[in-house]
Amino acid sequence: MAKHIAAKVEDIPPGTRVSVEVAGRKVAIFNVDGEYFGLRDACPHMGGLLSEGVVIGLVEANKPGCYNYSRGGEIVRCPWHGWEFDLRTGKSRFDPKRWKTHSYDIEVGDGKEMHAETVDVSTEGDYVIVKF
Amino acid sequence: MTVETIGQASATKPANQKLAIADCDIHPSPKSVEREIFPYLSKRWQDHYQTYGMLLRQPYQAGPAYPKGQPDAARRDAYGPNGEKPGSDLEFMRKHHLDPYNVQLGVLNPLKSGQGLQNPDFAAAYCKAINDWQIAEWTSKEARLKGSVCLPYEDGFLSAQEIERRAGDTNFIQAFMLIRTSEPMGNRRYWPIFSACQDANLPLAVHAFGFGGTPVTGGGWPSYYTEDMVGHSQSAQSLVSSMVLEGVFERWPKLKLIIVEAGFAWAPSLSWRLDRIWAQNRQELPHVKRPPSEYMAEHIWYTTQPFEEPDRRGHLKDVFEWIGWDKLLFATDYPHWDFDDPTRIPLPRATDEQKEGFFLGNARSLYGI
Amino acid sequence: MPYPPVGAIDCDLHPAVPSIKALLPYLDDHWRDMVIQRGVHELDSISYPKNAPISARPDWKPEVGKAGQDLVRLRKEALDGFGTKFAICNCLYGVQLLYTEDMAYAFARAVNDWIATEWLDKEPRLRASIVVSPQNPDYAAAEIDRMAVDKRFVQVLMLVMDEMPLGRRRYWPIYRAAERNGLPVGIHAGSAYRHPVTSVGWPTYYAEDSAAQSQAFQTTLTSLITEGVFAEFPELKVVLLESGFAWLPAHLWRLGKFWRGLRMETPWVDRHPLEIAKDHVRLTIQPYDAPPRPDDLEKLIEHFDSDEMLLFSSDYPHWHYEGNNAIPDGISRALQNKICYDNPLATYPRLKEAVT
Repeated sequence: MAKHIAAKVEDIPPGTRVSVEVAGRKVAIFNVDGEYFGLRDACPHMGGLLSEGVVIGLVEANKPGCYNYSRGGEIVRCPWHGWEFDLRTGKSRFDPKRWKTHSYDIEVGDGKEMHAETVDVSTEGDYVIVKF
Repeated sequence: MTVETIGQASATKPANQKLAIADCDIHPSPKSVEREIFPYLSKRWQDHYQTYGMLLRQPYQAGPAYPKGQPDAARRDAYGPNGEKPGSDLEFMRKHHLDPYNVQLGVLNPLKSGQGLQNPDFAAAYCKAINDWQIAEWTSKEARLKGSVCLPYEDGFLSAQEIERRAGDTNFIQAFMLIRTSEPMGNRRYWPIFSACQDANLPLAVHAFGFGGTPVTGGGWPSYYTEDMVGHSQSAQSLVSSMVLEGVFERWPKLKLIIVEAGFAWAPSLSWRLDRIWAQNRQELPHVKRPPSEYMAEHIWYTTQPFEEPDRRGHLKDVFEWIGWDKLLFATDYPHWDFDDPTRIPLPRATDEQKEGFFLGNARSLYGI
Repeated sequence: MPYPPVGAIDCDLHPAVPSIKALLPYLDDHWRDMVIQRGVHELDSISYPKNAPISARPDWKPEVGKAGQDLVRLRKEALDGFGTKFAICNCLYGVQLLYTEDMAYAFARAVNDWIATEWLDKEPRLRASIVVSPQNPDYAAAEIDRMAVDKRFVQVLMLVMDEMPLGRRRYWPIYRAAERNGLPVGIHAGSAYRHPVTSVGWPTYYAEDSAAQSQAFQTTLTSLITEGVFAEFPELKVVLLESGFAWLPAHLWRLGKFWRGLRMETPWVDRHPLEIAKDHVRLTIQPYDAPPRPDDLEKLIEHFDSDEMLLFSSDYPHWHYEGNNAIPDGISRALQNKICYDNPLATYPRLKEAVT
């Protein structure tokens, strides 16, 4: 599995997301309270850019009329048809087995021995790194 | 470790340039009513707008009682670069939609156009202003776009006047109503509309939504926006039943009806149902000379957005064949959230000719352009 | 068109209350007095005008009185006629249409006692649905509990159009009582006429009212699923009676499409509506809105992706076909057997008990 520098840490403060193209792949990277998640930046339905979706929490019900809200900020809704995807897994909420988008491992590192053309890689500071 | 190129993903996804399309449902909005619509409203109606707003047969001043799934029911990516309202900026619409999808004909269907207002005189004045605005801000500036004559449809007489005013004006290619009328659409109060459309050779498009004042199901008001949205299909079925069983197509044999954004897969079973009921109730319906399915096949077109998505495309192929490929019109509903991407809809297997007709040719021959 | 196989189970036929007088012995003293004192008229719904073609097949129509009011004829024409093993009586006397819930409750009780005495006691092949007054769901639940003691009552009966869409929680005492007693809920065409039968106002022609019934079944099914009736009552089955069935697949595609994008609005809907319907919803076959060609009907049936949803019904004495030709062309022999026998037994636990 190769590692690819995707962005500088300061470019994705908590609560934001960016869309980057890494080795020909479009990746949406989300920062949820300092934790990073990477999804292929295309809804498997019609290709809406997930990086332009709004993040909400997970709404579940153990019975009608009940709205259990958890994991605030960890679900992204496609900006087009509103399909919900779990940032941790890329799986859709309505049918996780059949409908999902690819999920990428993300890490933060100093990017030593890596460089990228459009991010100015210096020896100081940390980078958001996508693995695939 | 590998060397990578990093760049921002483009805001608009690349589209298949070869596919030329007619988009039979695009929704333009004014950036500001005061700036863009007031120039076409008399002082009286400007004052009325400022004082009372636009009172519909529904509870809230600001919007529907079933809140939408997204703000303004819009795609999240359809706001302009300076935050312009979705569908309000021609330049952005060109870049974001018309160019990348190779839209050769775009049909403008303005909503919030004064249709169905409680006050019929205000409805007529506002619809007329919206129609003037379509010319000034859209069709005169962009040849690919064509307007719809918005009708104050609850008043058949005033609607006919508006159609007559626009007859022969090539800025417009259809007359425009909303599905949820206050009485079934074949009712005689709407007949002046059909006469005027036939005389002006304008197809009549009927779009989902509207507030007729009665519950959106025959069994009362449902709870959820989901039900409201799915319910447009049932409203459309009642509309078609009424148009056929009132004998509208017998009386106006050249009338063309387009059902917009209300589904299409229901049409075959409705036509079978109406044929059965017609055959059994001929005594009540002497004015309906032929089986309803024949009127439906000859007079009704359907836009396909939001596209049906059965698990098997073969099932949808049956539906396309039952309706007839030549009666289905592609539409995106831009800039709304339930947008259909022409390159991504699960279109059934089709011949090149069927495909060309579906995406462009059917609309061209229907509108005669 | 094929005949149903001998031993079929007829899931929808209609014994008629000959007149309100027939119910007098079954009403409480007070309500019996009221019927007489106030001159209460017949409670026949405008859903089936007496002489409209649908209401009675000509050869099933008596010279005097209503089609379906005579047990001897029903026995000969429907039960012997089709060779049915069991037939479920769905009495359409319009008690659901009354505005006074106390009166409706009284009439519902009377109709059920009348059915038990005048029909079920006299003909062992007959079963019946429990007529309830949805005007007050608690009364309706009490009536279900009262009648369910009698195992010949196999279902609860409602009309598809009431004050509110039937999935609303207001009606849940009815579904709770049905589930508790192991009874499916039958939802029949018809309306309490609290609202126009179409979502776009009152129609001009009776034919439009007829046509609108299938739209009402669509919105009702939407309501039952989105409100979570089947999540709350996982054992509950709903039988759509005289609904037509051709509309079902296309409707569920559309509901499913919107659910995918709006799931957060009704998070208890945890799978595709088509899957929910396959588990919980059944439909009777008469009247059917079939495509003109049998091979198109075969295609339509494939769209259901299930051979367990359709149930045989004669809809006696309503007029939809001639002779015994109650099964549409284009349904395979194997599916006919499912529709006429296996599916009804799987739907109605009390029928299954009766044959085993």
